[in-house]
Amino acid sequence: MKKMITTLIGGCAALVIAGAAVAGAVESLRGDQELPDLSKEPAKRQQLVVRGGIERSYKLQPPVIPHEIEKDEINLKVNTCMNCHSEKTFEQKKAPKVGDSHYVTRDGKVQGTLSSRRYFCNQCHAPQVVADPLVENNFVGAK
Amino acid sequence: MTSGGKKGTFAVLVVGVVLGIALWGGFNWTLELTNTEQFCITCHEMEVTPYAELQETVHFTNRTGVRATCPDCHVPRPWIYKIVRKIRASNELYHHFVTGAVDTEEKFEAKRMQLAQTVWKAMKDTDSRECRNCHKFNSMNLEKQQSRAADAHDPYYWEAIDGKEPTFTCIDCHKGIAHSLPEGFDPTWNSPETTEQ
Repeated sequence: MKKMITTLIGGCAALVIAGAAVAGAVESLRGDQELPDLSKEPAKRQQLVVRGGIERSYKLQPPVIPHEIEKDEINLKVNTCMNCHSEKTFEQKKAPKVGDSHYVTRDGKVQGTLSSRRYFCNQCHAPQVVADPLVENNFVGAK
Repeated sequence: MTSGGKKGTFAVLVVGVVLGIALWGGFNWTLELTNTEQFCITCHEMEVTPYAELQETVHFTNRTGVRATCPDCHVPRPWIYKIVRKIRASNELYHHFVTGAVDTEEKFEAKRMQLAQTVWKAMKDTDSRECRNCHKFNSMNLEKQQSRAADAHDPYYWEAIDGKEPTFTCIDCHKGIAHSLPEGFDPTWNSPETTEQ
């Protein structure tokens, strides 16, 4: 009986040590850092501004936003993206017009203005920051 | 007798100068005191809505930490226009103390279009004088602006289009940059070429 307990304790200790060794070998993307520690402050990134826009990576991708949007405001009352991208102003502002699908309601009716289900632009269209990928990535977009 | 008369004249002069400094100085001092952001936001109408919105914008927080306060944009600097504006402000005092026209956020929202249009008209009429206290065409580095902004600010570009200088002023394109736009804002209002043709 005594021998059995000693063996069990010994076995557990061996497992713990082995576990620690394995845990030390694996490093997560956030670095070799204990879970309860405060995360490292991420590097400050500037928003990416690309003249002429950024190509889609795949078919039907909502185009990403090639400019800053921090001054823009989208709420129940106003949507300042539409100052340039609306059907009335896009030509003069030299901005791409909001896609035709955005004028169709869920019942299939075509409206003169933006459909409410497409109102919140940044639900699908994301601004980009100046940042290299964390890991190597050889994804090639559809041409 | 003559020396007594001279003394009297001198006394009147001294008293006049001292009184003049005290009264005019006091007047100007009070005027400047009411020309600070701290004074503006003592009224909750100003503090909870326009001031709160301003804090989200580039005129409050930006790269270099230079910022505009309420009177920088809303009170003219030339003396005569400043006095006229200060007298007009008595209307604001009346509505603050007597009618309470915008004393809740709901009431403010309901009147926002009217309030905004009043300010837009004032800025249009003065050729955006208050904007130009800081923003000068001659000091703009168009190379550092984004292409659309650079084109819009470049007089040579405009001349190339229709052969004359534009009659637009800052506020024609830059509405809603320091406070939220009112509900019902038409995007063409920030695009004068589309509306005035």
